[in-house]
Amino acid sequence: MNGTGPLVSVRNLKKEFPIRKGVLSRQVGAVKAVNDVSFDVARGETLGVVGESGCGKTTTGRAILRLIEPTSGEISFEGRDVRSMGTSELRALRREMQIIFQDPVSSLNPRMSVGAIIREGLTIHKLAEGAAADARVRQLLQEVGLRPEYSNRYPHEFSGGQRQRIGIARALSVEPKFIVCDEPVSALDVSVQAQVINLLEDLQRDHDLTYMFIAHDLSVVEHIADRVAVMYLGKIVELATADDLYREPLMPYTQALLSAVPVADPKARKERILLQGDVPSTANPPSGCVFHPRCHHPAKDAACAALVPPLEEKTPGHFAACIKQPPTTVSWEQQKEAGGVHPPERYLPLAAVHA
Amino acid sequence: MTPPLLSIRNLRTWFYTEAGVARAVDGVSFDIGAGETLGLVGESGSGKSVTALSILRLIQPPGRIESGSAIEFDGKDIVTLGDEEIRHIRGNRISMIFQEPMSALNPVFTIGDQVAEVARVHAGVSRKEAWDRAVEMLALTGMPDAESRAKQYPHQLSGGMRQRVLIAMALMMKPALVIADEPTTALDVTIQAQILDLLLDLQKKIGTSILMITHDLGVIAETASRVIVMYAGEVVEQAEVDSLFAKPHHPYTEGLMHSMPHIGHDQERLNVIPGTVPAPTEWPSGCRFRERCPYSWDRCETEHPPLYQIGEDHVSRCHLAIEPDRRNHPHPPVVVEAGVAAA
Repeated sequence: MNGTGPLVSVRNLKKEFPIRKGVLSRQVGAVKAVNDVSFDVARGETLGVVGESGCGKTTTGRAILRLIEPTSGEISFEGRDVRSMGTSELRALRREMQIIFQDPVSSLNPRMSVGAIIREGLTIHKLAEGAAADARVRQLLQEVGLRPEYSNRYPHEFSGGQRQRIGIARALSVEPKFIVCDEPVSALDVSVQAQVINLLEDLQRDHDLTYMFIAHDLSVVEHIADRVAVMYLGKIVELATADDLYREPLMPYTQALLSAVPVADPKARKERILLQGDVPSTANPPSGCVFHPRCHHPAKDAACAALVPPLEEKTPGHFAACIKQPPTTVSWEQQKEAGGVHPPERYLPLAAVHA
Repeated sequence: MTPPLLSIRNLRTWFYTEAGVARAVDGVSFDIGAGETLGLVGESGSGKSVTALSILRLIQPPGRIESGSAIEFDGKDIVTLGDEEIRHIRGNRISMIFQEPMSALNPVFTIGDQVAEVARVHAGVSRKEAWDRAVEMLALTGMPDAESRAKQYPHQLSGGMRQRVLIAMALMMKPALVIADEPTTALDVTIQAQILDLLLDLQKKIGTSILMITHDLGVIAETASRVIVMYAGEVVEQAEVDSLFAKPHHPYTEGLMHSMPHIGHDQERLNVIPGTVPAPTEWPSGCRFRERCPYSWDRCETEHPPLYQIGEDHVSRCHLAIEPDRRNHPHPPVVVEAGVAAA
């Protein structure tokens, strides 16, 4: 399978981390970091994944590359089953899938020169050696906006933005098709952040790259992503094109998240949906809809606590997991049986979101 | 006009390092009025946090507040106060909220004990009374079930709850000034919204002034009435918040605003400020921003710009104030590559 179909396809992905206690380390529970997540990443697109700490976005990204072994579910890359791959197949796959980490300090080996860091992938995958490898390193440095003569320097000699460029050059060195960008700009200052975002966009255009862009900064994701998945407590609660999601967020959690972003305009007096309390623990997620204890949808009722909402298509291409946001496949009869008292109704506090 | 609560004049805090003298804060002057929220914005290395630490005299060697600097508070100069007097001010009249609530709390004491300690040290009240005040203060910060939460240890709380503990500690003595150094940067956006609301609400109740230090212009726009922008150890622009956002004057401020993506106003490509902040051991001559500036001309290299008055309550450290036509002729910046390391 080549050229058609999604590049990456994830079905019912789960990752549980055991909680152990006592001298015998008996398992007493599990943190459901990623809890039944399904999505596709199309060729050439940027899928943004947003959510707050602990929502499972980083675990999802790492599980796709099998840097974290998933508990269950299916992952395919160009139609190949990633989860059944052995060590050598997996190594070959890693040439096609790369990752850029958040922290440009801890993700670069301080004892290796920049040239050696970038060369490592070339050597492992037998892509170039000797003078050809040197030339390739110089070319990569130039491509990410660094001077070729920097290859003899060490990571500590560089600023945060420059280190992130080195991480990008390392990921690019093996000519991947897919790059998981895990919070690549959140440790950077605003002015440097814009430089790195523009660089990522240029590289995507020049190399036909596909990105999964994980971030907690909603404005950065709106800028760079074609489609956006919103995660909460290990689940995808909304998935839509960036335009649709930011213009008309359907899931009450997304609405609150967007309304909470401070706006750099003192004249934009906006209504804010203030969520009560903290995000519950993933070791003991709420029943039914995981967001129901904090939800502000006027039709919220006992059915939300009883029924797990499916991630369903509300308008073409716009998926959300909310049984109170019509249309829904969870019928009003089913909801009443589960203790529902308020029929579903469209709730779009849009004025609150876009002042 | 009533006299300001805090008045900083020509503050210079330098660090004598092996690599040279780092002039982290280099001639900063500003006032904070009573009950006011003043925003202080800048990137890493701009000197905003060192300014905050200088106000509390928390500068450790090799750092030093240079002579000629003055920080007037309550009719006294903090720079020359004795150790006993400065201890009386810290945590009592001026308090601080730090960015990272986990490292600002002691892991081996309950949060109730830590909040109560503030009252014991500064108000000299009994253990019992201090504890009661701590619980009351924690409840005031919106901590649910404060009575039993007070007996918990920092690791048992979420990041947002820990930040409430720091706020309770900072406001316990109803200080005249609270310095909040990136108080919400480590928090998720929905929790950030809760904490900012709480801070402003408590400010109204107590009548304290806030110095809000952040790199996030959004947080400034939503909390501050006046803003100071710092770059390379200096104040480069100061204005009323409406005026600054409507008409930023300094090219650095302008660049910062344009390099942030805004929700609902997506542009094809982000504007960037090329290069990186220069090293504090070697600030450029003339204007310290000139190498990254799209308008710089020969004057910027030879003349260090003063703070020009460009409007009522609006000053800017940029020669464009006297040669405004130059703004119509931007050129490619001097630094074209990603920036040279400070090596």
